[in-house]
Amino acid sequence: MAFVLEVLLGGLLSGVLYALVALGFVLIYKASGVLNFAQGSMVLLAGLAFVKAQAALAAIAPFWLAALGAFVFAAAIMVAVAWATQRFVLTPLLNQSQLSLFMATIGLAFVIDSLGQLVFGSEVYALDIGLPRDPVFLLDGVFDGGLLINGLDLWGAAIAAVLVVALVLFFHRTGTGLALRAAADDHAAAQSVGIPIAWIWFVVWTIAGLVALVAALLWGSKLGIQFSIAFLALKALPVLILGGFTSIPGAIVGGLLIGAGEKLAEVFLGPMLGGGIEYWFAYVVALSFLLVRPQGLFGERIIERV
Amino acid sequence: MLYHEAGQYKTTYAQDMALLPIAQERWSLAGLLVVAFVGVPSMAFLGIPPFDSDYVFSAILLPFLILSLAALGLNVLVGYCGQISLGSGAFMAVGAYAAYNTAVRLPELPILVALLSGGVAAAAVGVAFGLPSLRIKGLYLAVATLAAQFFFDWLFLRVKWFTNYAPSGSVTAPPIDVLGFRLDASVERYLLVLTIVVLFAFGVKNLVRGAIGRQWMAIRDMDLAAEIIGIRPVYAKLTAFAVSSFIIGIAGALWAFAHLGSWEPLTFSIDRSFHLLFMVIIGGLGSILGAFLGTAFILLVPIVLSRLPAALGTPLSTSTISHLETAVFGVLIIVFLIAEPLGLARLWSLAKEKLRLWPFPH
Repeated sequence: MAFVLEVLLGGLLSGVLYALVALGFVLIYKASGVLNFAQGSMVLLAGLAFVKAQAALAAIAPFWLAALGAFVFAAAIMVAVAWATQRFVLTPLLNQSQLSLFMATIGLAFVIDSLGQLVFGSEVYALDIGLPRDPVFLLDGVFDGGLLINGLDLWGAAIAAVLVVALVLFFHRTGTGLALRAAADDHAAAQSVGIPIAWIWFVVWTIAGLVALVAALLWGSKLGIQFSIAFLALKALPVLILGGFTSIPGAIVGGLLIGAGEKLAEVFLGPMLGGGIEYWFAYVVALSFLLVRPQGLFGERIIERV
Repeated sequence: MLYHEAGQYKTTYAQDMALLPIAQERWSLAGLLVVAFVGVPSMAFLGIPPFDSDYVFSAILLPFLILSLAALGLNVLVGYCGQISLGSGAFMAVGAYAAYNTAVRLPELPILVALLSGGVAAAAVGVAFGLPSLRIKGLYLAVATLAAQFFFDWLFLRVKWFTNYAPSGSVTAPPIDVLGFRLDASVERYLLVLTIVVLFAFGVKNLVRGAIGRQWMAIRDMDLAAEIIGIRPVYAKLTAFAVSSFIIGIAGALWAFAHLGSWEPLTFSIDRSFHLLFMVIIGGLGSILGAFLGTAFILLVPIVLSRLPAALGTPLSTSTISHLETAVFGVLIIVFLIAEPLGLARLWSLAKEKLRLWPFPH
């Protein structure tokens, strides 16, 4: 029993990371109708920028200042990426089909991946932002020996929770948030009441970039920053299907479900099927789910008008 | 002037419905086929550059033809029926492994039957993974088809039966025997592949102008309206998946047998799926010619890009060059999507319009 719970908790906590990446997808899809394949590459770029800046600053500043400076530097890079994307990719492709926009973000992913590695190098970097790495024992009294949980994961979950609350507040309590929701509902109507769409896209891509930076910090302090992070995007796609392309709570719940399901399946079904089933398990779960509920758990109902 | 069809009278219905109604198109296509079937092999035989080297055949012509076939298949699904698929790499893999297993386990069968079995297996798998298309559309469907990609990547890596228990997981295709001839040289394999590609190109061209093709296009343009005028979406979508996967499966089997010879499970990765989708979109959705033009573009750009730094004499490290290459490739794709969203086939039809009048203004 304790083992099952331990696997479940581990899965849920790794699901937090999927949820963060999926969150970036949802934000952009909601505001601009673009399925942004480059989200994983943005995580990679943010992580690379942070690691390099931190290494450069560590020589001349104390640890916390270097980390802060690196954070600001990486955030600035993400803002620049958001601006360039809006200016050179999204605006020229206005009114193109969703497929064209999706393919353009694959092109963007190629560009970000390769330029990021060209500028910052393509080795594996360790990332340390001072989060504790000690294992923690939970519920010591209930189970024999307690549940073994990585302290880093708990911090990750807490940070993710804070981020989601901040995003929800931003969307529901600020003027820009209101404009974002309006643009998400109907581009043309939002534009006709004076909401600047280009600015909205810039803001949304910036927010998605910052979410990517947080995801990079959490993922990086667990496994290091390396090229394979770019494939995180592929891990987040089933989360999107499960939770719905347009729902922030959906991304979170979907991420947790996929994370937990994947680990449980790997541990309990994997040995029967030859192992490594976490590569596709999430997709098959999401696929069978789609047959029942095509819009995902929390997605808006797809209504077609003739 | 060059493309002027004045004076070409159609006096029968058969002429009116001909595959290529304009004489210039008939002659240019015939010329192209003669060059491809007779000219290129004889130039290789006589040793006329650039066809005297094996490189041209094994690195450019064979991949071009086989990937064009795969792009043609994907175009049936994406361009004609409007269903986005990101699983084409997996369907190629299914074709390759099905053909391999048929050839190895039933060696008495001719190799062409093995290739065909690859197509049939891929068609069955394509229909199975096309089932979600009855409930979901657009990008949701695209993501759902990724399931096929990841599932088959895993299946061929982990389930050893498919690779005939090869210890390294890499398998070698048996030699290709056609009608008693053994095709060893790349020129011979080139001729085999060319024949198959030409047959399929004409087949698809005929299919899309017949009843089934019109149903696909109706579904693509507006599925609700199509359903109301009596087209069965289940039948139309699943036949599109079946035909498309069949062609992609044949392409996968050819890729493995005629191009690679021996291959590893991860040969048909997700990158292959993306490249195929790029070929279809850059070539032009819903165009047979577009599948070929798009393949040429996507295949040749990296080859040119990787040779450019050396030609310019700039000393760059290999990894720098490969990163730059990917970046430029990505930029080119974005630029292309912005500049000509309808693809290279659209450029060609614009050029034809110009040629009709040229050199006179009216």
